Amino acid sequence: MADDTRLLNVPQLSLVLLVGASGSGKSSFASRHFKATEVISSDDCRGLVSDDENSLEATAPAFEVLQFIASKRLEAGRLTVIDATNVQQSARKPLVALARTYHCLPVAIVLNLPESVCQERNNERPDRDFGPHVVRRQSQQLRKSLRGLKREGFRQIHVLDSVADVEKVQIERTPLWSDRRDEHGPFDIVGDIHGCYDELRQLLDTLGYDVQPSSEGDAPANSVTHPDGRRAVFVGDLVDRGPASNEVLRLVMDMVASEVAICVPGNHEAKLLRHLWGKKVKLTHGLAETVAQLEGESPEFRKRLQDFLYRIVSHAVLDDGKLVVAHAGLVESMHGRGSGRVRSFCLYGDTTGETDEFGLPIRYPWAEEYRGKAMVVYGHTPVPEAQWLNNTICIDTGCVFGGKLTALRYPERELVSVPAAKEYYEPVRPLAVEARGGTLGSQHQYDDLLDIRDVTGKRRIETWGNRTVTIEAEQNAAALEVASRFAVHPKWLVYLPPTMSPCSTSKQPGYLEHPQEALSYYRSRRVDRVVCEEKHMGSRAVVVICRDEDAVRERFGLAGHGIGKIMTRTGRAFFRDADMETALLQRLHAAFEGAGWWDRFETSWAVLDCELMPWSAKAQDLLRGQYAAVGAAARADLTLTVAELERANGNGVDLSEWLERTRQRAECAELYGAAYRGYCWPVNGVADLKLAPFHLLATEGAVHTDRDHMWHMATLAELCAAAPDVLHATAHRVVDLRDDDSVADAVNWWTELTDSGGEGMVVKPLDFIVEGRGKPVQPAVKCRGREYLRIIYGPDYTLPEHLSRLRERGLSRKRSLAMREFRLGIEALRRFVAHEPLRRVHECAFGVLALESEPVDPRL
Amino acid sequence: MLLTITTTNQPATDLGYLLHKNPSRPQTKALASGTALVFYPEVSEERCTAALLLEVDPIGLVRGRGATLSQYVNDRPYAASSLLSVALAQLFGTAMNGRSKERPELAQTAIPIEARLSALPCTGGEAFLRRLFEPLGYEVEAVRHGLDAAFPEWGESRYYTVTIRGVQRLCDLLTHLYVLVPVLDDGKHYWVGDDEVEKLLAKGKGWLEEHPEREAIANRYLKRQRGLTRLALSRLVDDEAESPDEKAAQQGVAERDLERPLRLNDLRISRVTEELLGSGARSVVDLGCGEGRLLRELIRNGQFERVVGVDVSPRALDIVARRLHVDEMTDRQRERVTLLQASLTYRDPRLEGFDAAALVEVIEHVDLDRLDALERAVFEFARPGTVVVTTPNAEYNVHFEALAGGEMRHADHRFEWTREQFRQWCDGVTSRFGYDVRLDDIGEAHRDTGAPTQMGVFRRGG
Repeated sequence: MADDTRLLNVPQLSLVLLVGASGSGKSSFASRHFKATEVISSDDCRGLVSDDENSLEATAPAFEVLQFIASKRLEAGRLTVIDATNVQQSARKPLVALARTYHCLPVAIVLNLPESVCQERNNERPDRDFGPHVVRRQSQQLRKSLRGLKREGFRQIHVLDSVADVEKVQIERTPLWSDRRDEHGPFDIVGDIHGCYDELRQLLDTLGYDVQPSSEGDAPANSVTHPDGRRAVFVGDLVDRGPASNEVLRLVMDMVASEVAICVPGNHEAKLLRHLWGKKVKLTHGLAETVAQLEGESPEFRKRLQDFLYRIVSHAVLDDGKLVVAHAGLVESMHGRGSGRVRSFCLYGDTTGETDEFGLPIRYPWAEEYRGKAMVVYGHTPVPEAQWLNNTICIDTGCVFGGKLTALRYPERELVSVPAAKEYYEPVRPLAVEARGGTLGSQHQYDDLLDIRDVTGKRRIETWGNRTVTIEAEQNAAALEVASRFAVHPKWLVYLPPTMSPCSTSKQPGYLEHPQEALSYYRSRRVDRVVCEEKHMGSRAVVVICRDEDAVRERFGLAGHGIGKIMTRTGRAFFRDADMETALLQRLHAAFEGAGWWDRFETSWAVLDCELMPWSAKAQDLLRGQYAAVGAAARADLTLTVAELERANGNGVDLSEWLERTRQRAECAELYGAAYRGYCWPVNGVADLKLAPFHLLATEGAVHTDRDHMWHMATLAELCAAAPDVLHATAHRVVDLRDDDSVADAVNWWTELTDSGGEGMVVKPLDFIVEGRGKPVQPAVKCRGREYLRIIYGPDYTLPEHLSRLRERGLSRKRSLAMREFRLGIEALRRFVAHEPLRRVHECAFGVLALESEPVDPRL
Repeated sequence: MLLTITTTNQPATDLGYLLHKNPSRPQTKALASGTALVFYPEVSEERCTAALLLEVDPIGLVRGRGATLSQYVNDRPYAASSLLSVALAQLFGTAMNGRSKERPELAQTAIPIEARLSALPCTGGEAFLRRLFEPLGYEVEAVRHGLDAAFPEWGESRYYTVTIRGVQRLCDLLTHLYVLVPVLDDGKHYWVGDDEVEKLLAKGKGWLEEHPEREAIANRYLKRQRGLTRLALSRLVDDEAESPDEKAAQQGVAERDLERPLRLNDLRISRVTEELLGSGARSVVDLGCGEGRLLRELIRNGQFERVVGVDVSPRALDIVARRLHVDEMTDRQRERVTLLQASLTYRDPRLEGFDAAALVEVIEHVDLDRLDALERAVFEFARPGTVVVTTPNAEYNVHFEALAGGEMRHADHRFEWTREQFRQWCDGVTSRFGYDVRLDDIGEAHRDTGAPTQMGVFRRGG
């Protein structure tokens, strides 16, 4: 077998240049060993730009196209093969540079075939009539190139010298050393140790590792296990400055050898390795201590150490790419890539060459710009507390400087630390340098200013369950104005409610909406049980409530903003009167205290979906300017019109039809007035308000969408009982759609509710989120009362000729919108609960605003 | 909506001839807006009343997507409006033109006549209503309707049941109603274009020229489109007929009040332009360009090689684009002048790298708790060499008679600062972001309160 195959190793992510004269068989080689889409051929590119694959004039534009395609592929991390002669250095140079730009390894596969073979093949092809001198020159150039390829930057060079060699080739794609996607943990990622052996042992203990020192022969060794199979990941800087770098190295090497640990190098390891290699290295920054500690170790140990340090790979991409560990962090474009620049970033970070007032290198704050999907865990820069920033975290808490040694448990995202026994080494820069923003955490400080690029242009927002919601650029443009000018502080905006579709239009005489349609909608979606909730006629209010201002600061990153916020459905402050808002929040707060909810939910905050009554509290201008005004005009006009028609009708002229009709309209106008009046009462203080919560959306660590609506109703009823003066429990009932009596009962309930002036009801599937096969299921549909609808469709809408036209209303747009907004609202909460950066939460809430700019019949 | 016309000119039944509508036969007519009915509640030799009932179709009223709820729950079916004017023209067109087949002389004769409107919306109130009709020789009786008897605290509505009485030709009465009903309603149900000027001039002939409220009438009739109003007025009134002094005296205080802020705005623009020119800036961004008044000034100056207008409102940017004729710009102009939608409370890399930025009357439109985001976006990230900020001086507000104590100059202002407050803010910015500032006044300064506008010119430090 070894004789018939020649195995060529090609890194999984590389730029492969085929090098060979015309007729050397590059294209057939490429098609045999690579996917068609992986190969970019210069001839194809000539054809693309000039319709002639052999056009020499098209060479320059063809190579521009070739490089452009190659750069897009490499950026996306896809292996790319260049099928061109590539016999001149000037042709290879830009391609090698391209590979470097995207941190991919350049590979050369040289088809160094005898010139005669190439000439012969070309002669067989009528399109290649360029004469023998061309191939001759190419062959010469190729041979001249061979020796210099390594110097040109190719990391692997495979030269095939005969047709037989070419025939035998088999390509093997090898993953990069950093690619450890298949390892899923769970992990305990340990920060910079710097020779603090005691603290390391203590930390491993705390994390549950069983460390058994033993000895192989005379050499001391360790056997380490974890009962749950957890593995440690060391972020580097194991050595220097501290008291026992040699012991730390021994333990880590043993753990790595027995695959209980993974280790990436720090800059201190890199320097130590150069020292071990005998390079001239200054024994500064604590290296002297390490060197002294290693003096007592055996030559075997030192040899093993050299091997170890040589082999550890710049960074590790773990758990399907969801976790990246690198000593000084890593920008996303370098994840899983290999180049000198990647290695240098991993070891030293993004330095500019400048130094600060302490003589330490100034590091570019790459994490502030980090937008990547993977969590990046790193060390290198000592910080007083490990803090999340944009899904990255530095866990070097300066143990050797008297801080602590910290580990991050993954995927739990829990921090575990042990304090340093003492300050082993005096820091050049004081450990705790006060950062801008005072007491806010780094993520909160960073989140003080959002970036417009996160909310503009066409966007696809990923939500749970692999579903995306697309927002068009124009919708975002409309939302930008609304969000900037009218919305509350974005840090409060952790949720916006979706729009709600009405039920399908009823065909029952006199009705536009009727419960039958709402219930049969869910039956048609194979939902067996629904909950019908009384629909309060007030204004939608989203309430964020916190235990105290400390909780607001810690969880929402806002200082001096009170203990919560009450927002409208479009994210505006509900109250213009801040005192009223504070008073209502205080009542709600008292209810939380009274019900013992902070403890019960182990939370310092909660988000509630509510209706706030009366309607007139929010809609005063609308009521006076619109509703009452229409009523006043109708009364004035119709009273007189009826009177004049009556006068004329008695005069021997038959106007009875007009009279009858106008009397009906006058009656409609009266009913209309009665309809809105029921939702109005004067508000002189907080005691006149009623808040009806119907979803307990989220508390610390939980979005309560996994609870059904009965849980929400029952739970919130307990809260309402704790403050019955201002909180109002929502009447509701569960309906079994398979049971005709239960359905009839719901219809009666709705009829009673609406006959006594109620707005109507909302029907929801029992489960908060219904997912599954088939058509999407609306999270809720509303079914509004006959009288209520007068203030939506106009006083006269019940007149038969109006009703028949109004029945032709389309719901599909509204329903599609409701589904998308529901998804985004819940996604916003999920991200907030998962402590994601504000931009990720804001993206979703902003998305709801953007979708709301879509024109939909406002009567629905 | 209902209009009745009554005459006691005997024989009163001649009203039927004048209107070309037979008192003994009610007549209906389908109109675009609904159905009209003409009938006679009272017919006798002594007194005859004709009624025009327009039943508006509330559902046909709204067309197209993007309507708001207020268009559905609407006073249009009940209130007298331009819909009534259209109905008048369609049903009583001949009468309005002063013609009558049977009683041509009577049609040209002033007779005792009254008209009653069941619900006339009077924007401007009863006083304005009287100012419109009384100069034309009518006696006006108006009964105002409360918004809702159940909520007396909501107060009065803008609807009146109005009766006007006078000795008029029927055609004049109809014409007056035709023009003045939409004026009182202050709205039109159709797009107002150039031909509306012609209509106003034709219908106003013989009475509008001398009407003391002609400006207000033209202004409202033409839906406050200033260009159209000016055109109408200039054709309505021969300019030479009045001396400028007289005119000024007539227009009185109202115009001075209107002009003062206009002048202030011009002054502001020219002062800010001066500062920007003086800074030596070659590239300048107008942050919050609104409808583009400063931009237009900046573009005129060759010193600025790159001018960018930024606003958060896509609508405002559309208006600027139209005003600057962006569509007709050459490639070179396009390179020089760009418009961007952006929000100043978000960091935006497109705003980086300018020599200078202007924030003219912008910061006061940002909530105080968002101002820190604006500061950082502008001074920390966009970081232009020069930033010119203007904002109202709250102390000066006492000189605006129209402002009640503590009221702000614009409904969207989130705050207005005293000079001391502005200075403190400027000092905070300079110390946080490494700028120097020079404070200045715009407008005539008053001894106690300072100037109406305050300006801070920030210079980035080394």
